[in-house]
Amino acid sequence: MNNQNNVEKIIPPLVQQSNVSRKYSLSTKRKKKWKEVGLFSLFVGPVFIAFTIVVLVPFFSGIYYSFTDWNGITGEIKWVGLENFQYIFTEDTQFLQSFKLTALYTIVAIILTNTIGFGLALLVTQKLKSSNLLRTVFFMPNLLGGLLLGFIWQFIFIRGFASIGELTGIPLFELAWLGDKNTAFWGIVIVSVWQGAGYIMLIYIAALQNIPKELIEAAKIDGANRFQVLRNIKIPLVAPAVTICLFLTTASSFKIFDANLSLTNGGPFKSTEMLALNIYTEAFVNNRYGIGEAKALIFFIVVATISIIQVMITKKKEVES
Amino acid sequence: MENKYTSKTLLLEIFGIILGLLFLIPFYYVISNSLKSFAEILTNTSALPSSLHFENYLNAFEKLNFFKVFSNSLLVTIASNLVLVVFCSMAAYMLVRTKKKISNIIFMAFVAAMIIPFQSIMIPLIKTASSLHLLNSIWGLVFMYLGFGSGMTIFLYHGFIKGIPVELEEAAIIDGCSRFGVFWRIVFPLLKPITVTIIILNSLWIWNDYLLPSLVLQNPELRTIPLATFFFFGQYTKQWDLALAALMIGIIPLLIFFFSMQKHIIQGITSGSIK
Repeated sequence: MNNQNNVEKIIPPLVQQSNVSRKYSLSTKRKKKWKEVGLFSLFVGPVFIAFTIVVLVPFFSGIYYSFTDWNGITGEIKWVGLENFQYIFTEDTQFLQSFKLTALYTIVAIILTNTIGFGLALLVTQKLKSSNLLRTVFFMPNLLGGLLLGFIWQFIFIRGFASIGELTGIPLFELAWLGDKNTAFWGIVIVSVWQGAGYIMLIYIAALQNIPKELIEAAKIDGANRFQVLRNIKIPLVAPAVTICLFLTTASSFKIFDANLSLTNGGPFKSTEMLALNIYTEAFVNNRYGIGEAKALIFFIVVATISIIQVMITKKKEVES
Repeated sequence: MENKYTSKTLLLEIFGIILGLLFLIPFYYVISNSLKSFAEILTNTSALPSSLHFENYLNAFEKLNFFKVFSNSLLVTIASNLVLVVFCSMAAYMLVRTKKKISNIIFMAFVAAMIIPFQSIMIPLIKTASSLHLLNSIWGLVFMYLGFGSGMTIFLYHGFIKGIPVELEEAAIIDGCSRFGVFWRIVFPLLKPITVTIIILNSLWIWNDYLLPSLVLQNPELRTIPLATFFFFGQYTKQWDLALAALMIGIIPLLIFFFSMQKHIIQGITSGSIK
């Protein structure tokens, strides 16, 4: 009811005041109404059209295509029911492998990015002379997209590590990092942590700075040491930021594509092909759009589930506090 | 007290600086090797260059067709930002001020669509885009960025506009100002802080984006920096002197952008991600 009052407030009160005939006021009312609809479409329309064409139509037609044998070359698109999904879950071992790898990668990346990001935030919120400089340095990798970062690290892993290995004799650097399944996996982890930690750090910094100074001062007067302040004051008070960061890293890790493409391109022998790259290859390299779209639908369901759980948890937290 | 600089703080400071240097090592390798001759890269990767080979840069500059590529990237980023800011602020304003069910439904559609991963729509998108002649055109790409960026941009504007009192606008309307005029003259200037945040977030995303332009722009003349870098790396695999110089050329504009707007960027990213 409050809503309607507000709408009327926007319309100039002229009509209500004038003593015109009923017929006239009705037609002006209708005109007003059309004017409002027109304005609304003028303001919301342009972006809504783009949104519909670019997001809504492809999304819903994509659901349809995932049940077809569309191959992108011939015009004929035949309904095949659940065949694509059956194929993906029973015959396509590469997809299942990619799925497991992506899940494993996501878990590792979440833990490392958040611990390191939080550690960096703690470090730069101390009264260091180089705090601002360090903040910039830790954040800098985040500026470059995953593609450029992947290429930078390709060089580091291939030439840089080899050279450090020669100079120091440390066996870890003498490995062919990108040539082996396990080390290539860790290579991707290193790149994404190097990129993501600085970003997560910024959010933790904001949370740490919101902690009332008096609390920390009081604890210190009571004789708490640095570690006790961290455990009993800082960590509990940044908990809401932890939730945000956990889900930010979950979503971005699960969707990793650029760094995967430029660092290993799924190699060696598709052993580091994550889900997003697997979908891309299925559609645009193998030209099996129907199967690719079915995989994309599964991908969407997983991402959406994660996001919905996230929203539910954050909403719940808001109510509690 | 907190402000005292103790020996423990000094230890932390040293630790921090070592960590910072560790973070910078990859940049050191790329910069120093981009200035070496090919032979020296292979024999002496870790050392500083013995002589500076700026011709790597000239060579890469030319082979990348850098002026063209850079202006493509610039055009895409600026035009996309422009349409995103103009149309999304207008839409968000109308959605906040029109208290009707339809506003809520449209707003929820924009927000809900934010969880759709790009990979889930890219395949049919190319089909739709090709039938609408949006492929192989910078403007087609800009149109797509308007669609893809609309969710987050409207979300951020929506939250901000809700906090602006409506009384200002009412006064202007009584004075005879049109809704359009009210928005552009009174509301839009008030949106400046969130507009800065939005432009920074969208610029970093669009400038660095690889996948969407790679699907939309097949014509080599239209390539953006990430696309050109990708093809360059593919073509000159293991020709590190050229590849690294090209990589640096792609990184430099971002560094300039970052260092000239550092404060805004860090603030913008923090406030944008917490919402």
